[in-house]
Amino acid sequence: MYPSRFQYEAPRSIEEAIALLHKGGGEAKVLAGGQSLVPMLKLRFASPEMLVDINNIPDLDYLRVDSDGTLRIGALCRHADLEKSMVLETHQPTMAAAAPLVSDPIVRNRGTLVGSLCHADPQGDWASVMVAVDGHIVAQGPKGRRSIPVSELMKGPFQTVLAYDELAIEAVVPAPKGVAAGGYLKLERRVGDFATVGVAVAIETTDGSVVRAGIGLTGVGGSTINAKDAASALVGAPLSAASIARAGELAAQAAQPRSDHRGGATYKRHIVSTFVARILNEVAESKGKAA
Amino acid sequence: MSSLYVEVSPEPASDVPVRRVTITVNGEPRTADVEPRLLLAHLLRSGFGLTGTHTGCDTTNCGVCTVLFDGTPIKSCTMLAVQADGHEVLTVEGLAGASELHPIQEAFKDEHGLQCGFCTPGMMLTAKAFLEDNPDPTEDEVRWALSGNMCRCTGYQNIVKSVLAAAEMLRAKAGN
Ligand SMILES: Cc1cc2nc3c(=O)[nH]c(=O)nc-3n(C[C@H](O)[C@H](O)[C@H](O)COP(=O)(O)OP(=O)(O)OC[C@H]3O[C@@H](n4cnc5c(N)ncnc54)[C@H](O)[C@@H]3O)c2cc1C
Ligand code: FES
Ligand code: FES
Repeated sequence: MYPSRFQYEAPRSIEEAIALLHKGGGEAKVLAGGQSLVPMLKLRFASPEMLVDINNIPDLDYLRVDSDGTLRIGALCRHADLEKSMVLETHQPTMAAAAPLVSDPIVRNRGTLVGSLCHADPQGDWASVMVAVDGHIVAQGPKGRRSIPVSELMKGPFQTVLAYDELAIEAVVPAPKGVAAGGYLKLERRVGDFATVGVAVAIETTDGSVVRAGIGLTGVGGSTINAKDAASALVGAPLSAASIARAGELAAQAAQPRSDHRGGATYKRHIVSTFVARILNEVAESKGKAA
Repeated sequence: MSSLYVEVSPEPASDVPVRRVTITVNGEPRTADVEPRLLLAHLLRSGFGLTGTHTGCDTTNCGVCTVLFDGTPIKSCTMLAVQADGHEVLTVEGLAGASELHPIQEAFKDEHGLQCGFCTPGMMLTAKAFLEDNPDPTEDEVRWALSGNMCRCTGYQNIVKSVLAAAEMLRAKAGN
């Protein structure tokens, strides 16, 4: 399978990349890890006139925590970098749980978190995780930079609010308000497969009480789902059997699954509530042990 | 130098400039003129005649096209040849020395780590990078590391055994 013809550009700076995207006038596409775009080119689901390969732009592969606790993931930080990082383990357990579950080890060597967000696949794992941890992306276009919350980035399947001449520079996760806890659970048919259902839960606690919560759902709607009501049900009190059950119920209601070859809608909804409860019970248990 | 116009069409399109790339393949610099849409797997196989890199699914799922790109396993059916310009690529042809097999090849032979052999180049290259990172892995770690490489014949049992045996050989070699 061959892609159709395109012009290939490999800029060395962000500004140059943006100028090329602008010049492309909507017919140019960013090439990051290529683990979604190249297969789409080969299948000719996409046939852009120009590819703007950002892999030669220096200093975009970072994963760092600022002194105020803000986590920053550059556009060329690969899934494998996140999987191997020790930073996530302590700083963002929800992200640490998800990193090894994204595709397979070889794809993880190339694919990027930011590219995954820009791809806006309803079955992408990172978007739900970033919704749960309240992340945003920083996009830069000819007129400057803007922040876009990940929960507002996706317009629909494979569609984002990014303008054709905007490059996503980094993904940002604000410092947790309290102690960060959480997890990501993914039901997949085999390693490397996309999620039948994926559930990301992130909570932050101060003195045992939940001060912020986020729940994102993968694979159970036309786009990543932000289960806001489910998350709200957890805030303002310590985790309890009742609040956990309620959050699971509300998350299942927020899901809009369709029956397909991966499973029936009722089954998927059931998995959503089960996973929400499973993650939260584990958090509650480990907190109990720590106390 | 090899020219790969023929790979994708009889003539290069006049509006798509052909690019000259130089890639260090198995330690040797190789130069080719390629259309940007040419995939690395095809440059290696058809351009450079290195047919040890296989293509199977062609959809980024099976891992038989795995090569080491600056030491890291990647699926060469999912990288453009132009992207490899200035980089190092190791294919299965670069594993063995002049007179002896690489310990990983030795181990696959000893432990019957292959049947048809279609997946083997990718398996061995993934294993090479993995064992450099983790010279003394558990069986579970080996299975996890190989989970992007599919095999339709062996049921994986002997592949895992081969990688564990290779790890032992490589450790013994490093020890003396
Ligand atoms: C076999 C296989 C299994 C997979 N399984 C999973 C899975 O289980 N879960 C999962 O989440 N993903 C999975 N993926 C997808 C993988 O995670 C991709 O890496 C990811 O979706 C896209 O990241 P990328 O860097 O490869 O982006 P690319 O493929 O380079 O780009 C994807 C899209 O985003 C745009 N884009 C990329 N970066 C930017 C940027 N900085 N600014 C603006 N636009 C940008 C591109 O123009 C393109 O439209 C799988 C892929 C394969 C091949
Ligand atoms: S041929 Fe490249 S992954 Fe299957
Ligand atoms: S030995 Fe035949 S595919 Fe693995």
